[in-house]
Amino acid sequence: MSTEAHHGAADDHGHAHDHGHDDHHDPKWYSPSRWLFSTNHKDIGTLYLIFALFAGIVGTAFSGFMRVELMEPGLQLFDGKAFGGFFGNEHDYNVITTMHGLIMIFFMVMPALIGGFGNWFVPLMIGAPDMAMPRMNNISFWLLPASFFLLVLSMFVPAQATGDATGFGGGWVLYPPLSGTAGHSGPAMDLVILSLHVAGISSILGAINFIVTILNMRAPGMTLHKMPLFAWSMLVTAFLLVLALPVLAGALTMLLTDRNFGSKFFVPAGGGDPVMFQHLFWFFGHPEVYIMILPGFGIVSHVVSTFSRKPVFGYLAMAYAMAAIGIIGFIVWAHHMYTVGMNVNLKAYFVAATMVIAVPTGVKIFSWIATMWGGSIEFKVPMLWAIGFIFLFTVGGVTGVVLANAGVDHALHDTYYVVAHFHYVLSLGAVFTLFCGWYYWFEKIWGVKYNGVLAGLHFWFMFIGSNMIFFPQHFLGLQGMPRRYVDYTPAFEQWHYWSTMGYFVMLVGMAFFFLSLVEAAIRRRKAEANPWGEGATTLEWTLSSPPPFHQFNDLPRVR
Amino acid sequence: MRSRKRLFAALPVLLLGSGGAHAAPVPGGINFQAAATDTAQRVHEFHDTVLVIIAAITVFVTALLIWVMVRYNRRANPKASQFSHNTVVEVLWTVIPVLILVFIAYRSFPLLYEQDVFPEVAENEVVDVKVYGRQWFWSYIYGEGDEALEYDSNMVPADALAAGQVAQLSVDYPMVVPVGKHVRLSVTASDVIHSWAMPAFALKTDAIPGRLNQLWFKVDEPGVFYGQCSELCGQRHAYMPIEVRVLPEDQYLAWLEKSKASVADGRAYLDEVQPLGGSQLASSN
Repeated sequence: MSTEAHHGAADDHGHAHDHGHDDHHDPKWYSPSRWLFSTNHKDIGTLYLIFALFAGIVGTAFSGFMRVELMEPGLQLFDGKAFGGFFGNEHDYNVITTMHGLIMIFFMVMPALIGGFGNWFVPLMIGAPDMAMPRMNNISFWLLPASFFLLVLSMFVPAQATGDATGFGGGWVLYPPLSGTAGHSGPAMDLVILSLHVAGISSILGAINFIVTILNMRAPGMTLHKMPLFAWSMLVTAFLLVLALPVLAGALTMLLTDRNFGSKFFVPAGGGDPVMFQHLFWFFGHPEVYIMILPGFGIVSHVVSTFSRKPVFGYLAMAYAMAAIGIIGFIVWAHHMYTVGMNVNLKAYFVAATMVIAVPTGVKIFSWIATMWGGSIEFKVPMLWAIGFIFLFTVGGVTGVVLANAGVDHALHDTYYVVAHFHYVLSLGAVFTLFCGWYYWFEKIWGVKYNGVLAGLHFWFMFIGSNMIFFPQHFLGLQGMPRRYVDYTPAFEQWHYWSTMGYFVMLVGMAFFFLSLVEAAIRRRKAEANPWGEGATTLEWTLSSPPPFHQFNDLPRVR
Repeated sequence: MRSRKRLFAALPVLLLGSGGAHAAPVPGGINFQAAATDTAQRVHEFHDTVLVIIAAITVFVTALLIWVMVRYNRRANPKASQFSHNTVVEVLWTVIPVLILVFIAYRSFPLLYEQDVFPEVAENEVVDVKVYGRQWFWSYIYGEGDEALEYDSNMVPADALAAGQVAQLSVDYPMVVPVGKHVRLSVTASDVIHSWAMPAFALKTDAIPGRLNQLWFKVDEPGVFYGQCSELCGQRHAYMPIEVRVLPEDQYLAWLEKSKASVADGRAYLDEVQPLGGSQLASSN
């Protein structure tokens, strides 16, 4: 790739103030209009990251409430007495699990990986001055706090038409009739529906923006087959969002009319079918899990290549493996529903289709290792997260192969085995890639360096802690411990206890994370344009750290 | 707390000593509950096969990771090579996983069909039970019309547990079925979705309003088995366990007769012919 052409551009911009020859002065960071009216992809990316950080704190606190409740048999927090009855009863436990899921998916992982890193680095990596539709980018972000507000508000409005329970406690999957008037007749569920509609619009607009940007605004010479893998991952993710979210929106709208306007889509007494909702939900829901992990695949490819000082092994196979995962992701949804009473032949189809996904996923795992093979590996913090991710995603992936088999899934469906599986691929997969990207691009985004010791401690405590939380949950699931239980028979205590201890270890890791933020903010060590050396070959490293407010006015030329 | 932990440790021994095919979660257990049916046994065998495969894959990937970290770190290998293609390994790591998956599928499909397809058996070998999931208990129905036996099955609250009953798992009126018969459940729900699950049989099926889902099992030894509702159904989701008592056929028929007169009589008879004794006391509080 050419580096000369836009070095000039970056320098021009670095001195925009001095020369005063540019219309766009960098607005001050404290100016509200810079953030509220922002059309700058980097500022919007920063907003997404800060929003995700905030939502992540809420979601992590909620999981803490669950882990403390589950540390021992009996009710600890949700007994109507602890902390002056603050945590309420079992219904409130269900609300907390529901909100944990929705917040972590829609307001933490997606905003951070797609809105945050996607907005920041897709334009930089493809050599574009900004996103294709900057003002749509603004509304994409600002719909999200509105959506989050609706979701949080739902926790404080009545769950039922009568009684004083508040919030929706029907699980993030929102299955009717529990999410219909039969289960939650109050306005809480309506607010959840509205919240997800708004979040869905936000994501669809963002996805359209990414597709248009990537297809139209690549620098001269950057063909799709030369495009960095993170941009590839965002392209596939954006297509999944555009195809999957409208289906969720449709299902939610039917639920809304069932609840409020007398329709009977999912009401059996009126000829409807609750299972139809599950089909629609998982037609969205399964691509959704790839929406959460694909951007991480892109990040890990760059990090592994950078710190091995080697080009990505099998670049095209890596790009098309992501496309294949995206496509197959649309035809496997009913493996989430093996127990609804499907025809056995249908189950057999979904077993076969689901297992096929293991092939492109395996290609990715082996290609990352092959990228390291023969390399000159440096164990900087982002590389620790990347290697940790490859290991943890392998563990989470192989239990997915177990669950794909309907015969075994009949035993394990809705047990802690499933909880362990999807937290290994998401909580330890997607979140590890998130921190991987965070440390990889930290200097580029914030213009200061982080403390490697604090960041390293963050990694090790997180790695040990989250394994401690989730590995024992495989045992609980095999023993038959069902999901979403506020209380359990004493035999399950031992592994629940270890799981909760693991949560506290993980919290220590997060303390180091916040400490590293404070440390970096106080010390303000000036960042380098490219701290990673010769292995970092993508365009963002040719710009200053942080990059100029507007970059690539003279488009870089890629050879 | 301490004394309870000690009792936990003794529980497996107590269970083994109690006779009959009891199955409940055991403290510190890391595997399935003991299989009570042939089908569950085959689920376990299949799972164990897959477990060996996935463990091997995980060990293999981990070993590769450790190898590249040791052999190709900056100190051991200061100059990175720049290769980025090798058609042979790329074909291998596509084809070998496919072969492994084909093997797993080859073992998986027969198991699925064995579980899902009700076997061809004579009508007198079949016992039908209708199951209703309700917020938040189960209802069981035997027979039809005037002859029908219908009763509700509620969790025994923690402060009312009798000797041998298990906290969160024992119910007041369990489902009772005969040994060696093909028991066919027709499962539905009256309010929201529930799920009738029985770990020892490696089975569950959702109880969905407006749908009738079928499930079958055949237990060859008398015993006591516990399961729990496995689809979130509201506030008391954790408090609607399932207890299945498997009795010799004559005792089952006697229980059925007595229960038709009065469910309390049926329960008393059950305690007489299949007492829980002290064997499971350890896990009851």
